[in-house]
Amino acid sequence: MKLYNRGMIIAGIVVFLIAATFPLWYGRGKTVPPPDLKLDTPAIERLAEKRCVESALYMRTSHMTLLTVWRDDVVRSGKRTYRATDGRLHSINLTGTCLGCHSNKKQFCDRCHDFSGAKPACWSCHAIPEEVR
Amino acid sequence: MAPTRREFLKIAGCSAVGLAVPLLPSRAASQAKAPTAAPPQTAPPPQAALTAKRWAMAIEPRKCRSDCTDCIAACHLEHNVPAIGNPKDDIHWIGLEKIGHVFPAEAHPRLPEAVRGLSVPVLCNHCENPPCVRVCPTQATFSRPDGIVMMDYHRCIGCRFCMAACPYGSRSMNWRDPRPHIRKINPAFPTRTKGVVEKCNFCEERLARGLLPACVLACREKAMTFGDPEDPRSPVRRVLDGSLSLRRRPELGTGPQVYYIL
Repeated sequence: MKLYNRGMIIAGIVVFLIAATFPLWYGRGKTVPPPDLKLDTPAIERLAEKRCVESALYMRTSHMTLLTVWRDDVVRSGKRTYRATDGRLHSINLTGTCLGCHSNKKQFCDRCHDFSGAKPACWSCHAIPEEVR
Repeated sequence: MAPTRREFLKIAGCSAVGLAVPLLPSRAASQAKAPTAAPPQTAPPPQAALTAKRWAMAIEPRKCRSDCTDCIAACHLEHNVPAIGNPKDDIHWIGLEKIGHVFPAEAHPRLPEAVRGLSVPVLCNHCENPPCVRVCPTQATFSRPDGIVMMDYHRCIGCRFCMAACPYGSRSMNWRDPRPHIRKINPAFPTRTKGVVEKCNFCEERLARGLLPACVLACREKAMTFGDPEDPRSPVRRVLDGSLSLRRRPELGTGPQVYYIL
């Protein structure tokens, strides 16, 4: 079998394989330090018991589920109070309750979202109090 | 044979005991639970929300001062409504219209000048039978049990069926990012984003905090009245009982809940 333009074809295949496998070998062996989340806002310092709405583990893994439930509760059902599993009541409010404590969105929300490549659409509508003042 | 008085009392007594017995254990259980059910509350107790079977508004445009835009300013400041300054992209929750546009069937050339020159506040009519809700393909617009026609901006896909369906032009499309056009953002209320439709929400977020709508409170002439027309003591009912009121294009069967007294 005769392969016309052998040089170009083989070079093309090599370039394609390098480009296609680039994501697999480029980051190999590199460790990216986990995001450094700051929990030292004045509102959190003032808390007697440093506990979020739910346990830290639940918030870390499932805050998006909680926020979805909150969203539907307020908008669709007009329910504005959330009873946590430990019985405490929280007013359902992204900018008031969540950002009331975590007023450092850049050092808290954004660092972890950047690290994990999450792009939540919350902030295209919900205002960040520290930024609009 | 009818029971004698004695038999009747016996049956009544047995029935009363029989009804009371199932209640006893549950009451004891709830008493036992009561102390643990009083949690430390971090959130303030929810303020007394204003509730109604159905919300409605009565507007008396004759009371309006000429060139007054207090209701518009208050609403648009409260809800982060942008002032784009371009009629094609205009976004409004409440606006002013001449009588010929608000009541095209009732307006005629012999109307007195005082009526023809009136600027009538127009806003979403929060219809009983809202065409915008019927056409919305994602149920982003929905009717609440208290009659408020609400938008869930999270669900809106910007198809603008609702804008085509609304006979009152109460809805506006965000053709561009509204944020740069908002003079001062109120962080307590979300702005909207490019590609969603928006409209008046009868200040449902204020009602939940026990406050009347922003436009009603802003009006110094008390030209707007808000309340529950099914409640005889409601201020809106008092205004409606006092004189003839009109609704915008009632022949369409939408059942608007904004009443005009002219």
